[in-house]
Amino acid sequence: MGDKVFMQGNEAFAEAAIRSGCKFFFGYPITPSSEIPEYYAKKAPSEGLTFIQAETEVSAFNMVAGVAATGKRGMTATSGPGFSLGCEAMSYMSAAGLPSVIVDCMRPGPADGEILGSQGDYNQLTKGGGHGDYNTIVLAPYSVQEYADFAPLAFDLAEKYRNPVVVASDGTIAKMMENVEFPEKIAPKGRSDWACDGINGRDHYNDITTCGDGPEQWEKYNLNLQSKYTKIRENEQRWEEIQTDDADILIVAFGSLSRVCLTAMRIARENGIKVGIIRPITLWPFPVKAFEKFADKDVKYFVTELNAGQMVNDVKLAVNDNKKVEFYGRLGGITPTPVELYKKLCELYK
Amino acid sequence: MSIVYKRPEVFTDEYKKYCGGCGHGIINRLIGEIMEEENLVDKAVLIWPIGCSVYADKYFKTDSICALHGRAPAVGTGVKRSCPEDLVVVYQGDGDMVSEGMAEIMHAGIRGEKFTVVFVNNSIYGMTGGQMAPTTLMDQVTTTTPYGRKDENTGHPVNMAEIISGLNGCYYSERVTVNSPANIRKTKAAIKKAFKYQMEGKGLSFVEVLSPCPTGWKVKPLQALKWIDDVVTKQYPLGVFKDCGQEEK
Repeated sequence: MGDKVFMQGNEAFAEAAIRSGCKFFFGYPITPSSEIPEYYAKKAPSEGLTFIQAETEVSAFNMVAGVAATGKRGMTATSGPGFSLGCEAMSYMSAAGLPSVIVDCMRPGPADGEILGSQGDYNQLTKGGGHGDYNTIVLAPYSVQEYADFAPLAFDLAEKYRNPVVVASDGTIAKMMENVEFPEKIAPKGRSDWACDGINGRDHYNDITTCGDGPEQWEKYNLNLQSKYTKIRENEQRWEEIQTDDADILIVAFGSLSRVCLTAMRIARENGIKVGIIRPITLWPFPVKAFEKFADKDVKYFVTELNAGQMVNDVKLAVNDNKKVEFYGRLGGITPTPVELYKKLCELYK
Repeated sequence: MSIVYKRPEVFTDEYKKYCGGCGHGIINRLIGEIMEEENLVDKAVLIWPIGCSVYADKYFKTDSICALHGRAPAVGTGVKRSCPEDLVVVYQGDGDMVSEGMAEIMHAGIRGEKFTVVFVNNSIYGMTGGQMAPTTLMDQVTTTTPYGRKDENTGHPVNMAEIISGLNGCYYSERVTVNSPANIRKTKAAIKKAFKYQMEGKGLSFVEVLSPCPTGWKVKPLQALKWIDDVVTKQYPLGVFKDCGQEEK
């Protein structure tokens, strides 16, 4: 690890991605993600990077698919409207087993919407978004440091499972500046045995396709995908617990909003209410294991999101409807204050 | 005894799922022959479209990628930028390119991507059952222009080889056809030249091949070949529209 630098979230992610050996970036400008393509464009000559400003997000995602198909690290970054366009390629890359990293700097929808922090893409990111039965790993950072840390992690997970990985930041994490430490640069890895980078001496040729060859073949293909998703669910659930041991009320929040919850928790504890936090880090696979240890405890849940209530449904599934689960959300790009959350919590559980 | 005709060794044993009289089989074969003759099999990445050639990844013992509908030039961009020494061939039909993927092909040309595009134009959607394409001729009857294509509703056919030749990023653009042995030889020469330019690191090389579709056109194979001469080439004239290699000489 090097020295700490004071840096904006998006730029920190871009720097960390470059250090992770991601030499290819394809993207289309959209607020609040544009600093990532700008950083790549700026660093391209000195770092030997390929940067293309694509004509559409549709193309950008498919260019990422092309690089991924050759076994090299490539990425794009966008926000909700662009991610919607990219969903066709997300379905494709998932089906084709192409390891890629996509950043979604969430902003409030639907449609054009607004450009501040939001978590309104939760369902789109975790339930598919594109067509067919597929899943992508989704990492939700809550700080600039974690945002940067997720760059190498995202590529490692993408290659481990040959699956797209989404880093779901938002307008707040993307734009804020904090101290951040970067990992050392890693050397690019060698050729991948499965990739389409030309035979060039390999002892076999490779074929990447998502076209089914009859229903029996395609069901088998789908079942293989599903068993991969089962493995990911077993192995990759990530979450953070904060002061949960003695808690009567557990706040469930992710990303930028979980920072606000830290202060809300402190206020609550100062006022004699034992509050803890479960912060999902992987939105998919959703960390259901985090809730299992509280199954026999007398706890209530307070889920808060910057949307109309999306993750709350996964929390309800995780607790099997055996616990009280209340929800509070803000829309339009508004982030609630700690006092607002504390008051809401008191109102719901007085 | 000398061998005058043999199956390219780059072909797999897979049965080709093309209709009788279709031009795809000929064009696939030409690509295979050229790759063998020019020792390019080892370097090739073939990118296939959604359309009648959707299973062509199964026909070649090369690296192959089947892209999403219309997106082959974007996937090709990623592949060629990643592997600039490879022979990257983006193979597209007219529905795939001119309708669904018009943005992708135009911007590949605008950027001057250094790959070869083989554009198979049969002026109809073959795989989905004979619907109108942007390349469908005026008054041509398809399942979605049952009374013939009329300009007030659908506009006019699109001449891609000419349009692409107008982009600075395009190095070479030619239109050929495969309706006679002489024309098949010219098609082979055009694709060979395109591959040569690509391996020399030139800009986009684009070969449009007018291809018969007896099934979609609802005519016999021989009538389809004649229709190319009598009707199709009137809208889509054969010829070289740009050849920077010639100009440089």
